Amino acid sequence: MAAEPDGGEVMGDAMDDVILETRGLTKHYGGVHALTDADFTLRAGEHVAIMGDNGAGKSTFVRQITGVEVPTRGTIVFDGRERHFENPMDARDAGIETVFQTLALADDLDVPDNLFLGREIVKFNLGPFSILDYKAMQEATIAGLEKTGVKIPNIRGTIRNMSGGQRQCVAIARTATFHSKLTIMDEPTAALGVQETAQVEAIVRTLKEAGEPLILISHNMRQVMDLCDRIVVFRRGRICAKLRKADTDHQDVVAYITGAKTQAEYEVADAV
Amino acid sequence: MADGTAQARVHGTGGLLYDTKRRAWPNEANVLIALILIVAVFEGLGALLMDQSFLFDSRDRFDSVFNEARLRIIILQVAIIGIIALGATQVIITGGIDLSAGSVVGFAAMVAMSFAQTGVVNGNPNPGAVFGPAWLDLPVIVPVLAGLGVGTLAGVINGALIAYTRIPPFIATLGMMVAARGAAQWWTRGQPVSFPTDGYAALGQGMMPVIWFVGLAILFHLILRHTVYGKHTYAIGSNEDAARMSGIKVARHKLLVYAIAGGLAGVSAIVLSAKNLTAQTGMGLMYELDAIAMAVIGGVSLAGGRGSIVGTVIGALIFGVIISGFTFLRLDAYYQEMVKGVIIVAAVVLDQWRQSRTGAK
Ligand SMILES: Nc1ncnc2c1ncn2[C@@H]1O[C@H](COP(=O)(O)OP(=O)(O)O)[C@@H](O)[C@H]1O
Ligand SMILES: [Mg+2]
Repeated sequence: MAAEPDGGEVMGDAMDDVILETRGLTKHYGGVHALTDADFTLRAGEHVAIMGDNGAGKSTFVRQITGVEVPTRGTIVFDGRERHFENPMDARDAGIETVFQTLALADDLDVPDNLFLGREIVKFNLGPFSILDYKAMQEATIAGLEKTGVKIPNIRGTIRNMSGGQRQCVAIARTATFHSKLTIMDEPTAALGVQETAQVEAIVRTLKEAGEPLILISHNMRQVMDLCDRIVVFRRGRICAKLRKADTDHQDVVAYITGAKTQAEYEVADAV
Repeated sequence: MADGTAQARVHGTGGLLYDTKRRAWPNEANVLIALILIVAVFEGLGALLMDQSFLFDSRDRFDSVFNEARLRIIILQVAIIGIIALGATQVIITGGIDLSAGSVVGFAAMVAMSFAQTGVVNGNPNPGAVFGPAWLDLPVIVPVLAGLGVGTLAGVINGALIAYTRIPPFIATLGMMVAARGAAQWWTRGQPVSFPTDGYAALGQGMMPVIWFVGLAILFHLILRHTVYGKHTYAIGSNEDAARMSGIKVARHKLLVYAIAGGLAGVSAIVLSAKNLTAQTGMGLMYELDAIAMAVIGGVSLAGGRGSIVGTVIGALIFGVIISGFTFLRLDAYYQEMVKGVIIVAAVVLDQWRQSRTGAK
């Protein structure tokens, strides 16, 4: 089945297919205005790319909507409700799975341990001393790896000595093992070779076919054009353009990223 | 496990295997080899210099092939500090350190002992009773809970300082080290506390310290291996940010780890004072360093994330063998202290070397 063409009627649709909406999302680190007034909307089944130079505020945006940090101001509406995530667990419980740019893996643990870190399967619940169900976690890990087509030679080894691609795959398999309402990937292929990149892209396509929405942060223009329906461009902590794939091309996007162009509605008095 | 076949699956475009059974060569095996080598060195020196065996029964004084007396001394020697090393292991795996354990032993021993006193000594009233007559001859559970309570409380204070303020573990537990030693002196204005009830004394007599050590070692081995607590302990030491992003309540977990380490110092205090039939303000001096050395020798990495109870137990044995080996070679007690210092530094150097080796891979 071919993907739905980017019809204008989507914009006019009822608001209830909006899965994520942020309004005026802002994050200041002391004097550093890392993110300012980000209005962002994601609809069901949509794959949206976030692009922008290093330091543009992309990862900061991700940290605000995944509970890693608490925004300075602004609102987050996810899955029909306004959310105030206190910690990453809140966001995960709500259905947001994230592959962080830093991967957030524990080097001294093996693959199943990392997949289930913070949400281990237990046999007997004894509070902090609950007994782990290694067998169930291992089986779920293999299923998760198969679902994503990730290949790892030895899932029982610690991940310390794995290649960058394998580590990335572990981090992605972690999000794919759990049913989520939204997947976020922050530069998932930045450190990968050609073949490993193709594998990650294949996983993203699987998500598209399954109708699961995705926010993909990437510098790879070809990848973004291949995989995403829309592109949102960040520059110096602000959104400077929202583009439909059908209405844009490489040069256009580059112009927005570098600051040669800014969409009229996002013009601000730029004190450089 | 009905089907014994290797559980391997072909998968992915590259068709690589999932080998769910394969395990890397355990670091504990290296530590065990080190133990055997060290024993062999002392055997060699014994044959050369002393004309007798170190651990074997060369003069046919025992029924077994081993020199049972020496083996017993070695494990008794390491058991009490070994209990502290079980706590040190967990603290160091989280990437922390606990310098207060020895002082906490001193304070907990004083408090526990003062609730363990007997009323009558050789037909006369106990001359050194800390409290009034109503506080003598209490059931053994009272001093045990008192000692455990003091140790755990000290651990909770350590943990709270470390988890909820930005005070580094080194400084927080250094403060506790000084404060707990002071508290031990304040408790009886420096007087030793003696004459425990038979019930209390029984906790430390004969091979009891070894039974405590081995029992607790098995318990915490299982806990670190098979519980969520264990998994999170490794995760925090391995990558604290990742642990936090994965939803682990890092501060609460650290508090628990330091509380357990404190509780183990309390157990050590009970066993030590019951064994010696007395508690003194200077008890447990520098035990924390021996305990840390045992853990590090056993493969616990000061950088966090790596190590195990099994390793620490073997590390404790190595520690005991070296100390006992120097006695065997009739070296002065002064040398022993110096050798201890060398062992502690050598263990840290070894850890640095192991870290750089894994980091380079
Ligand atoms: N914890 C922090 N404290 C201070 N400044 C930060 C912090 N995190 C990010 N920044 C700053 O915020 C800006 C945006 O960073 P980031 O969101 O990581 O950019 P991107 O992911 O787009 O490359 C950068 O200038 C960065 O230095
Ligand atoms: Mg980034």
